[in-house]
Amino acid sequence: METAPQFFRHGPGPFARLFVFALLSCLLIVGDTRFKYFPQLRQAIGVVIFPLQQIAYIPASIHDQVEEFIASFNLLEENIQLRQIYLENREQLLKLASLEAENIHLRNLLGAVQQIETKTRTKAVLAEILYTPRDPFNHKITLNKGGQHHIQLGQAVIDDKGIVGQVTQLYPWSSEVTLLTDRDHSVPVQVVRNSLRSVVSGTGKNDQLELRYLSVNTDIQQGDQLVTSGIGGVYPPGIPVATVLRIERDPTGDFAQIISTPVAGVDRNRQVLILSLVQPESRDALEMPKIESGKN
Amino acid sequence: MYVPASNWFIAVSLVLALILNFLPLQGDILIFRPDFVAIVIAYWNINHPHKMGMSAAFGMGLLMDVGNTGILGQHTLAYCVIIYLTLIFGRRLRLFNSMQQAPQIGLILLIMQIVIILVAISGGSALPDGQYFFATVTGTLLWAPGSFLLTMLLRQKPDPDAL
Repeated sequence: METAPQFFRHGPGPFARLFVFALLSCLLIVGDTRFKYFPQLRQAIGVVIFPLQQIAYIPASIHDQVEEFIASFNLLEENIQLRQIYLENREQLLKLASLEAENIHLRNLLGAVQQIETKTRTKAVLAEILYTPRDPFNHKITLNKGGQHHIQLGQAVIDDKGIVGQVTQLYPWSSEVTLLTDRDHSVPVQVVRNSLRSVVSGTGKNDQLELRYLSVNTDIQQGDQLVTSGIGGVYPPGIPVATVLRIERDPTGDFAQIISTPVAGVDRNRQVLILSLVQPESRDALEMPKIESGKN
Repeated sequence: MYVPASNWFIAVSLVLALILNFLPLQGDILIFRPDFVAIVIAYWNINHPHKMGMSAAFGMGLLMDVGNTGILGQHTLAYCVIIYLTLIFGRRLRLFNSMQQAPQIGLILLIMQIVIILVAISGGSALPDGQYFFATVTGTLLWAPGSFLLTMLLRQKPDPDAL
């Protein structure tokens, strides 16, 4: 910044300066997109802008508090409603517990390792969305929980309906989540109806996901539910991801074009949950069954 | 009507613009959110040239890039282009009042958005749809009230040597 007001301006002209800074920017762009050179720089700047993001969040939190205050007038009704939902969920949970017990029992009979128990055990941290980018290029959100809250890279992020995305960049007090809809993001999934396994990838559009490389005659229907398969160990199994929206089967092509919409409110939520899996045990558990199945 | 601006005032306005950019908006409002930092940078460089150099714009761009979770260098390049354009056309733009300036600023904002799109495409993104350019429209509409506000705030600051 030029501080002293000079009578005659010295130094390079506007175009020369633009050239220098454009060159610097291009270096940054190439270094960031091709080689991922600047994680420390990103970290440092992330710490610098965190207070600004906090200040920017104040209006939203005030809005939330006012909304809560208004909602507190019909607390009784809400309580009754929630109690009903709780009872309904409770019934399903009881069923789940008995099913889980039965499943473990059956697995024991088969001699397989109890992998489900270790893989589905998750801890959840509630986080609020600090920022969503304006431009359609980055399908990412910033959350207000980071390394200081024991968040780790690669953790799954969900809302009340399904998978939202995955933590891809960590700052001390905040973290970046790549959404399902991001072009470079894929989730291993399974069709609920016939447990067909596949991988669903983002398209860069807000409400579209794509199932790639499924052949034209694949058994998949409109309205099929896709849930995480748990393969890869990033996402816990069985969490809803998307619903199949439309299928175009072009007999001349090799693959069917299958478009689905994410179940979770990928671009609507204020609060999300960050899940952490118990990783090291599950890796052992995944290793074991191969030997076992060989014996069988 | 030249009112000198202190560096502090410029810095505070830039930080405020950055906070406005970081507001946690979601859904349809997001489409209309202009780039406040770009507008403020353009204002200072037109009305008080050489107060805010290209390096300051570069720094603001870096902050914006990390906050925006985008490619590093995207907004730095865009803001430097704004500084360049306003340096070249600033003297001409100062002849007009802020209402007449607005469409020309709109053009500068459009060029900035095109720079941002070009960088995004170089990173492998697809072309955005027309909605993306609403930000330029709102930025253009915001120019006159925004520059009026900044000028007013500048004038209101009483200089201690007046009495």
